[in-house]
Amino acid sequence: MDLALLEQRSATAWEIPPRGAMRVPAVIYASEALVRDMDHKVYEQAVNVAALPGIVTASYAMPDAHWGYGFPIGGVAAFDPDQGGVVSAGGVGFDISCGVRCLHTGLRRSDLMPVQTELAEALYHRIPAGVGSTGSIHLNGAEMDAMLAGGAKWAVDRGWGRPEDLERIEEYGQMRDARPDQVSTRAKRRQRDEMGTLGSGNHYLEVQEVTAVFDADCAAHFGVALGDIVVMIHCGSRGLGHQIGTEFLKRMAIAATQHGIALADRELACAPIRSPVGQDYLGAMRAAINCALANRQILTDLVRKVFRDVLPQARLPLLYDVSHNTCKVETHRVADGARKLYVHRKGATRAFGPGHPDLPESLRATGQPVLIGGSMGTGSYLLAGTRASETLAFSSACHGAGRAMSRHQALRSWQGRSVVDDLAARGILVKSPSMRGIAEEAPGAYKDVAAVVDAAHAAGLARKVARVEPLVCIKG
Amino acid sequence: MKPVDAHPRRAPDAGYWEHYAHGADIGVRGHGASKEEAFAQAALALTAVVTDPAGVAARECVAIECEAPDDELLFAEWLNGLIYEMATRRMLFARFALRLEDKRLTAEAWGEPVDAARHRPAVEVKGATYTTLRVARDGARWMAQTVVDV
Repeated sequence: MDLALLEQRSATAWEIPPRGAMRVPAVIYASEALVRDMDHKVYEQAVNVAALPGIVTASYAMPDAHWGYGFPIGGVAAFDPDQGGVVSAGGVGFDISCGVRCLHTGLRRSDLMPVQTELAEALYHRIPAGVGSTGSIHLNGAEMDAMLAGGAKWAVDRGWGRPEDLERIEEYGQMRDARPDQVSTRAKRRQRDEMGTLGSGNHYLEVQEVTAVFDADCAAHFGVALGDIVVMIHCGSRGLGHQIGTEFLKRMAIAATQHGIALADRELACAPIRSPVGQDYLGAMRAAINCALANRQILTDLVRKVFRDVLPQARLPLLYDVSHNTCKVETHRVADGARKLYVHRKGATRAFGPGHPDLPESLRATGQPVLIGGSMGTGSYLLAGTRASETLAFSSACHGAGRAMSRHQALRSWQGRSVVDDLAARGILVKSPSMRGIAEEAPGAYKDVAAVVDAAHAAGLARKVARVEPLVCIKG
Repeated sequence: MKPVDAHPRRAPDAGYWEHYAHGADIGVRGHGASKEEAFAQAALALTAVVTDPAGVAARECVAIECEAPDDELLFAEWLNGLIYEMATRRMLFARFALRLEDKRLTAEAWGEPVDAARHRPAVEVKGATYTTLRVARDGARWMAQTVVDV
């Protein structure tokens, strides 16, 4: 991205002042090096979002922002229904409520390493992953609707988890105001065999070691220490969310025209929040959030069962579960006071700071755990929400490393087998049904997650707590 | 409906497909003498996101119908119809025949169930986006393209 297009506000904040159709400025949070490396499309997309009706304060791009669909991936935007605000299917994305969950194990590296291979094999064989894989849970119509209304709470009620898991999940594991009746038959059909599956692409399940602690007090509060073993799961709402995204993209493309909303890009398809299509989408999207929460809950249960067989001393309590493709109604302070806004986070993590009333008592002092997934070779991060993030970006932070190159370029650059062998030489066991998938997801295809996290920390969006690095990686 | 399949023809005016880069995902593009052929070639490009279409047997036939207010939305609907069948039937497709009438598309797609050992599928496709979505004349020929989310 050309820095000359931006006005620098600080070492990690860059502004595009309103011009043309923009109703508010666009603000990019990133280091100079990250901004230079960003695709110009991020600039165009952040500007386009700033022109949507009812947008409040600014259109934001996180440090890992890259070219997305209408909205940049790593985009945050809030809309006020009282000002004609819109909801956008593209602003949430196809993989509704894709997110990251982290489990403690209570184990240390020395506990894991003697059974590392056995654990990797057991996880690979018992966690359904990859194209065409199916879960063992098949829901009939009534149970599908119960799952879409109940989320992780539904899963716990059915025995796939523990009641104490729920307070460590956003929305306490159950997104309110979900409307299973607004989820199409096709979306439900697409989900029928996919409960408890990991998916493919950048989704993964990793067993990781805490290799650095940056904030000892907060880490202790979260229950992590150097050398601890944790499990991280990255996946979303599977076929159901994809189908809802697909169907509402079309409905909103048509609705936007009917409502006289001029779109710079069809992918910005949106509808007024207070319109039938807007309300239908919100109900269906919330049901998809519940689907993602239930899916990660079922995967958690599968992981616990594998550990019970291989490392029975592990208990695996839930540290936290975040979603990074959502639109949620939240109260935020803006120029003229507190307002109820529809906050879109597309490839961005909610990051409530200390004292936020929506956090459980056990996390009120530290702020929300913010889980940042990296690539399979470089590690991931645990951060905590800050109070400052509220005014910076409606309490939001980055979500991952972001790709540095296309899948094609990655395929030309690496072979899956050699990626697996290189990582094995570093003590990381990677299991996947697809060597081509491994090549497309090679660590080198991603940006430096450390630089992204450092920028988020420096900008005040969230604060660094710990780094984790994989020892076992299951890829779809 | 003249079927389009994975085995390239040698004629100089033959239709063809290609991929193009999008930051996190993949663009699929089909070229053909008609809109129908461009749509079918793009469908081969869609299969190629997952596996080599030449390795997919055209054994079972699935009918797909969709409609949309314009060519571009119809093209996205076509790909999304295939993605739905790929996901729910756990199939891959390698041969397509389709008919376009006004705002409506009717098609047959031939393929086979995913065989993980043989097809080594790289990634599942979530949906066809509207990013770089375009259906246009390319001289005397037609081109249809969009980015698919994987």
